[in-house]
Amino acid sequence: MSHLTLSDAAGAHEEHHDDGSKTTMGFWIYLMSDCLIFAVLFATFAVLGNSTAGGHTGAELFHLPFVLGETMLLLISSFTFGVAMLGMQAGRKQQVITWLGITFLVGAGFIVMELYEFSVLLAEGAGPSTSAYLSAYFTLVGTHGLHVSFGLIWILVLMHQVHRFGLDGIVTRRLSCLSMFWHFLDLVWICVFTFVYLREFV
Amino acid sequence: MSTITHPSPHGAHPHADGHDKSHGSLKSYIVGFLLSLVLTLASFGAVMTDLVPRESRLLALVVLCIVQLLVQLVYFLHLGASRTQRDNTGVFICTALLIAIIVAGSLWVMHNANENMMPMQMSVDQAKSRP
Amino acid sequence: MFGKLTLEAVPYHEPIIMGTLGVVILLGLALVAAMTYYRKWGYIWTEWITTVDHKRIGAMYIILALIMLLRGFADAIMMRAQQAMAVGDAAGYLPPHHYDQIFTAHGVIMIFFVATPLILGLMNVVVPLQIGARDVAYPLVNSLGFWLSAVGAVLVMISMFVGDFAATGWVAYPPLSGLQYSPTVGVDYYIWSLQISGLGTTLSGINFIVTILRMRAPGMNLMKMPVFTWTALITNILIVAVFPVLTATLALLTMDRYFDMHFFTNELGGNAMMYINLIWIWGHPEVYILILPAFGAFSEIIATFSRKPLFGYKSMVYATSSIGILSFFVWLHHFFTMGSGANVNAFFGIMTSIISIPTGVKLFNWLFTMFRGRIRYHSATLWTIGFMVTFAIGGMTGVLLAVPGADFVLHNSLFLVAHFHNVIIGGVVFGCLAGLTFWFPKVYGFTLNEFWGKTSFWCWLIGFFLAFMPLYILGFKGMTRRMNHYPHADWQPYLIVALVGAVIIGLGILSLLIQIAVSIKDRKQNRDLTGDPWDARSLEWATASPVPSYNFAVTPEITSLEQHWDNKQSGRAYVRPAKYDPIHMPRNTAVGFAISMWGLLLCFALVWHMWAVAVGSLVAIVITFVVRSYDRDVDFYIPAAEVESIENARYERLQEAA
Repeated sequence: MSHLTLSDAAGAHEEHHDDGSKTTMGFWIYLMSDCLIFAVLFATFAVLGNSTAGGHTGAELFHLPFVLGETMLLLISSFTFGVAMLGMQAGRKQQVITWLGITFLVGAGFIVMELYEFSVLLAEGAGPSTSAYLSAYFTLVGTHGLHVSFGLIWILVLMHQVHRFGLDGIVTRRLSCLSMFWHFLDLVWICVFTFVYLREFV
Repeated sequence: MSTITHPSPHGAHPHADGHDKSHGSLKSYIVGFLLSLVLTLASFGAVMTDLVPRESRLLALVVLCIVQLLVQLVYFLHLGASRTQRDNTGVFICTALLIAIIVAGSLWVMHNANENMMPMQMSVDQAKSRP
Repeated sequence: MFGKLTLEAVPYHEPIIMGTLGVVILLGLALVAAMTYYRKWGYIWTEWITTVDHKRIGAMYIILALIMLLRGFADAIMMRAQQAMAVGDAAGYLPPHHYDQIFTAHGVIMIFFVATPLILGLMNVVVPLQIGARDVAYPLVNSLGFWLSAVGAVLVMISMFVGDFAATGWVAYPPLSGLQYSPTVGVDYYIWSLQISGLGTTLSGINFIVTILRMRAPGMNLMKMPVFTWTALITNILIVAVFPVLTATLALLTMDRYFDMHFFTNELGGNAMMYINLIWIWGHPEVYILILPAFGAFSEIIATFSRKPLFGYKSMVYATSSIGILSFFVWLHHFFTMGSGANVNAFFGIMTSIISIPTGVKLFNWLFTMFRGRIRYHSATLWTIGFMVTFAIGGMTGVLLAVPGADFVLHNSLFLVAHFHNVIIGGVVFGCLAGLTFWFPKVYGFTLNEFWGKTSFWCWLIGFFLAFMPLYILGFKGMTRRMNHYPHADWQPYLIVALVGAVIIGLGILSLLIQIAVSIKDRKQNRDLTGDPWDARSLEWATASPVPSYNFAVTPEITSLEQHWDNKQSGRAYVRPAKYDPIHMPRNTAVGFAISMWGLLLCFALVWHMWAVAVGSLVAIVITFVVRSYDRDVDFYIPAAEVESIENARYERLQEAA
C-alpha cells in the first residue's frame, strides 16, 4: 500500500474538513451523556438531601465565602480558556500555550481549594460514610472535581501538542473538544453551587 | 512513511468573513464573563445578605441559575440557532428534556414512595395514629 | 499486592465448575494448538484483533454473542432441570446459593453479552453499507467498543472459576447487593463487567449517531434511509440517553461497597428504592434498545421475501420514533408493587398501555407488506412469521401486566418471566437469527445452509412454546420466580414440560452450530457471486459479497428510497464507473485491544482490591491513549489501480453468475 500526498487525492481536503465537524459533534454527544451522569447524581442528591441521619447538615458544614472563591476561580478559568481559543482562531500558537497554561494554574487552584475543603470535612468527622446526604455530597462534588482534574491533564498534553505540532487540523479539533469540556464543567458547577451549597442556606 | 497533514481549517487565517457564530470573539467572552460574574454575585448575595426576602430566595436562586446556564451556553459554548450552531443546540435541548424527566420523575416517584414507607423513628402503633 | 485474592478463591470442591474449567482449558489449548499449527497467529492479529473495519467488528460481536449464548443456555437448562426435580422434600441438585448465582448469570449474560452484542453486531455490519458510507465515524472507537464488551464477558466467565458471581438477580437490587448482605466478590464482578461493557456500548451509541447523521451518501435524506438504519438511529439515541444512568447507578452501588457510603443501605439514611427507580430508568429503554434493531431487520426481510416494498414506510418511522420517546415514560411498571401509590401507578400504567400502540402499527405494516406479495418461504421468512405470532402473544401479556391491579397479582411470578422471555426470544432472538441468516452472505460471501436453518427455527419455535407457555399457567397458579424448590406437586408437570421445551431449544442452538459448520464446509457450492443472493432492495445489496474493505468504490448518489431495487428495475445497477479514485482508509491499530486488556486487568484488580495493580492499569490506559494521540500515521490511501483490480474481479464474477 503506497502513500500519496495531499495533492494527488482529490476531495481529500473536503473529507478532512468534514472530520472536524464529525469529531466535535461526537464529542458534544459524549458530553451530553456525561451531563446525564451528573443528572443522576443531582437527582440522587435531591432525594437524599434530608437524609443526614442525625448528623451534620450542609448548613453547619459549608463556608460560603470559600465556595465563592472556588466559583470565581472556575469562572475565570472559563474566560482564560476562551482567550486561548481566540488565539487558536487567529493562528497564534504562543497565545494558545500561554493562556492554556494560565487556565491550568487557575483550574489547579480550584482543585487545591476543593481538596482542602474535603480534608476539613473529613477532619470534622463529616466524611462520606457518615450519612446518605454526605455520601451524595461527596460523590457529586467529587465527580465534578475528578472531571476537572482529568481536564487539567488534558490541558497539559494539548499544550505540548500545540508546541510540537503547531495549530494543525488535528490539534485544533482537540482544542475545540477540550474547550467544550472545560466550559461544560463550569456549567455543572453553576448547578453545584446553587443546589448543593446555596440551597442549604435558604 | 509519509503522513497526511493538512492546514488547519481555522488556524491559517483569521476570520475575515463576518462572523461564524460557532466561534467566539473577545467581546463575547468578556460579555459572558461579566454577566456570569454579576449573576454569581447575585446568587451568593441573595443568600448571604438581606436584599432578597426569605420566601423568594429559592425562586431567585433557581432563576439566577437558569439564566447563568443560558448565558454560558450562548457566550462560552456558542449555542444558538444559526446553521453552524443548530445541531449542537438541538442535541442539548434533547438532553435537557431527558434531564428533566430523570430528575422530576425520580423526585415524584421517590417522594411518593417515601410517603408510603413506614417511618423509622416510631412504633407501629404510633405510626397508625399519625394524622 | 494480591488484595483479597488467594488460592482459596478457586472453588475446588465444586465438581460442575471444576469440570467446566477442565473443558474450557482443554478447548483453549486445542484452539491455541490449532492456531499455531496452521500458523494463524499473524493473520488473527492483523485481520481481526487490530481491525477497525466495521464489517469485521460486527462479525466479532456476533461470534462473541454466540459463544456467550452457550453459557447462558447452559445456565437455563440447569435451572429448568433443578425446577423439574425439586418438588416437596426433594432438594434437587443445586443448593440455593448456587442456583441464585446461576439465574443471575443467566440474565446478565443473555441481556448484556448475547442480545446486546447481537444487535451491535448487526448494526455494525449493515448500517454503513445501507447508507453508502465507507465505515463508521470513529473506526478506532468502534474497535475499542467491541473489545471492552468482550472484556466484560471475560470477567463474567472468570468469576465462575475465581471467586463467585452475584446471587442477586440480574438487576442486583440493594440492600441484598450491598456489602452487608453480599460480602463476597460476586457483586463486584457484576459491577465491573457491566461498567466496562456499558462503556463500550455507550461509545458505540455515539459512533452510530454521528455515522448516521453525518455520513449518508449524497441525496439520502432522512426519509430515504432504509428502515433498519432508522431503527438503528433511534436505538443508538436510546443507548446514549440511558447507559449513563446505568453507569451512574452502578457507581453509586460501588461507592456503598467500596467506600462504606450510604446511598442504598438500610442505615444512616440510605434509600434502596432510589436504586430501583434509577436502574429501571435505564432498564426499560434498554429492552427497547434490544428490540428495535430486530424490528428493523424484520422490516427489511419481509419486504425482500414478499417481493414488495415495505408497507407504510413513513408510519414505520413515526412508530419507531414514538416507541423511542415513550420508552422514557414507563419505567415504574417494573415496580408497581413497591409502594409509590395509586396516582403514580396509574400514570405509568396508562403510559405502558399506550406504548403498545406504535408496536401494533408496525405489526400491521408487516402484515400489509405480506398481503398480495409473492412470498418466498426462506428460513428468514419463517423466523419473521414465527416472530409475529410469538411477539404478539408476548406483547399482549405485557399489556395485561401494565394494569397495576393485575400486576399486584403477577409481579415477580412466572407469568412475568414467561412474558419477558416471550418478547425477548420471540422478538430479539428470532430477529437476530433472521438477520444473521439474511446478512451472512454479505460478510462471508456464501449463504447458510437452509435445511439446518429451518430445523433450527422449528426447534426454537416449538421449544419456546413448550418451555414458556406452562410458565404463564404457573404464574396464575401462584409460582414466583427464582424458586429453588417448591412444595406444590401440581406444579411439577408444567415444569417438566418446560424442561422438555428447553431441551428442544437446545436442539435449535445445536442446529444453528451445525448450520454454521456445514455452511463453511459447503461454502464453495454456496458462493454468492452477485452480492445480492435474495434479489433484495436496499443499498448494501449493491456491493460484492464479501464486501471489499472500502465498501463502495464510488460513493453512490441517492435519488430514491430503494435505490438498489430501482437501479435493478431500470437497468442502472452494476454499471462500471469510468474511472477510480484512490480511497482514504483508516489503519488497523492495536490500541482498542490494548486499552481493553489493561481494562480487564483494572477491573479484575478492583474486584479483588488489588489497589496497586488497579492504579497501574489505569495509568497504563491513560498512557496508551495519550501515546496514540501523538501517532500521526493513522490512515492511508488505497491506490486507484488496486481499487480497479478489486472491482474488475467483481464484475468478472457478475458475468460468471449471469
